[in-house]
Amino acid sequence: MRFVAWMRKNLFDGWWNTLLTLSVGGLLIAFLRSVSIWAFTEARWYVIPNNFRLLMVGPYPPEEVWRLWVALTITTGLMGLSFGVFVRWWGPALSRALALALLIWVLAWPVVMPGTRLWLFLALVTFFAAYPLGTRLAGLRKFLPVMWLLAFLLALDVASGVPMNRWGGFFLTMVVTVSTVVIAFPLGLILALGRTSKMPVISLLSTLYIELIRGVPLVTVLFLAWIMVPLFVPENLRVPQMIRAIAGFALFAAAYLAEYVRGGLQGVPKGQWEAAWAVGLSGYQTVTYIILPQAIRSVIPALIGQAIAIFKDTSLLVIIGLFDLLSMAQVALSNPKYLGLEREVYLFLMLVYFIGAAVLSYASRRVEKAMGLGSR
Amino acid sequence: MEPIIRMENVNKWFGELHVLKDISLDVAPGEVLVIIGPSGSGKSTLIRTINRLEPVQKGRIVVDGVELNEDVRNIEAIRREVGMVFQQFNLFPHMTILENVILAPTRVRKIPREQAIAKAMELLERVGIADQANKYPAQLSGGQQQRAAIVRALAMEPKIMLFDEPTSALDPEMVGEVLDVMRGLARSGMTMLVVTHEMGFARDVADRVIFMDEGRIVEEGVPDEIFSHPQHERTQAFLARILHH
Repeated sequence: MRFVAWMRKNLFDGWWNTLLTLSVGGLLIAFLRSVSIWAFTEARWYVIPNNFRLLMVGPYPPEEVWRLWVALTITTGLMGLSFGVFVRWWGPALSRALALALLIWVLAWPVVMPGTRLWLFLALVTFFAAYPLGTRLAGLRKFLPVMWLLAFLLALDVASGVPMNRWGGFFLTMVVTVSTVVIAFPLGLILALGRTSKMPVISLLSTLYIELIRGVPLVTVLFLAWIMVPLFVPENLRVPQMIRAIAGFALFAAAYLAEYVRGGLQGVPKGQWEAAWAVGLSGYQTVTYIILPQAIRSVIPALIGQAIAIFKDTSLLVIIGLFDLLSMAQVALSNPKYLGLEREVYLFLMLVYFIGAAVLSYASRRVEKAMGLGSR
Repeated sequence: MEPIIRMENVNKWFGELHVLKDISLDVAPGEVLVIIGPSGSGKSTLIRTINRLEPVQKGRIVVDGVELNEDVRNIEAIRREVGMVFQQFNLFPHMTILENVILAPTRVRKIPREQAIAKAMELLERVGIADQANKYPAQLSGGQQQRAAIVRALAMEPKIMLFDEPTSALDPEMVGEVLDVMRGLARSGMTMLVVTHEMGFARDVADRVIFMDEGRIVEEGVPDEIFSHPQHERTQAFLARILHH
């Protein structure tokens, strides 16, 4: 009955709203109907499992893929630990995670080979082994960012048993995204502090940099890293293409992050500065202990938004000749066997990007909640 | 006795606005000085010059033998010895009350954490909010927050305490609890400069009352003199306004 009441109030409130509800609903049903008919009868989904390795790791040599599994296991282990530290109760959260893991495990059935399933199993089990550990080690919270950084470097190190020019697919996308965030974040902080600095030279330089970068499209920065760098840098000093791309992304994202953080800095009331000075904190201590923590917390949603944007923008890597997810899709489609299956492949890509963004966005809400306790 | 604060011909401008005019003032150690006056008279600005939250353009300020100037080390040295309590409390909202209190002792005075916590708990106990130590400021009432802010300042063991309208942002029923803490502090021999509109408090606790108007010290004296026989007509007008309603 409540459902009916809700519908009456929200959907059939007067003849105009009833008309709108019916027409929009009709369109929606028609659309979903034709999409699902296509998805379940016409679509030839085998293109995804047949090219799954290509999409996930690109030209990474199959006999070396264990390296990536080790890297993934390190990540899931730390994820479990963080989950334990932040969520801190056994009940519903854990069973939901377990159900999700089971779902991944089952859904992976048609796309991966038996040996791979073993690795996937190991990675998921590591998560659930680390979770209870995390619930018991609440004091770990402070060290988690450092642990993540170390784990990330370790994972990179394991993966670099294969030269970087053979990295590709979803793996490359993730490496570029995470590296960019890791580099751009401190850079953005420094730029934000620089722009708000009282020293004119520093402030001017930071402002100049931020405005310059924000005035050009990301693609041009990437082209610069791709085409222009070789003009200035001698052959033997040239870093791999992927590193240059990451540098381009990071320099670009830092300018935007800086502006978000600056907004956060301006939102911290003047009284906080004065109270910190009044108890004798130095300027540096005031910024580190009082101002930045508050500024960053208030802009976490914007920062995660920027991380999501970076994640999606990695699809631009295809135009500078890196083997990211999108370019691997094009490789798969250029195979005559899979001619005309663009819809299936691009829909799958959409799903991958959507899931990635949704996970980030969920993490953002969790972090916000965990940090939001003392907010006014 | 050697004054602990000495101000000589202090002048300050906010742009064109002349907010402090030739202020000369000595404060003895242990003295409780209450500053009254209409809003905009420069009383808050006056005490904010003592820990240099406001720089001055002309004149000399010497606090505890250290002359305030552009030298950052001097400024930080004085701020260590001068505690301040603000109208809006200004507790750090991302830290618990205990963390608020021990931050400066551990980071500035480099006191070991356990020792700082013990001292903090003792002070919180004294103002009656030890049970709130692990809460965040937003979870406390205004009166509790202000008492926590007083403790935060006291934890640095300052020689001087500045109070900038400490009860003006509080609900009336919470004013008493904060004033009680300040009374106790005055009795313990702390040097205090208090900007306030609480005339009852001024009458009870002050050793000396200063009336300011338009950036000048118009009149000063012991509370009885100022409140019962104000000499200057501006003081009379101000007291008449504030006491008769």
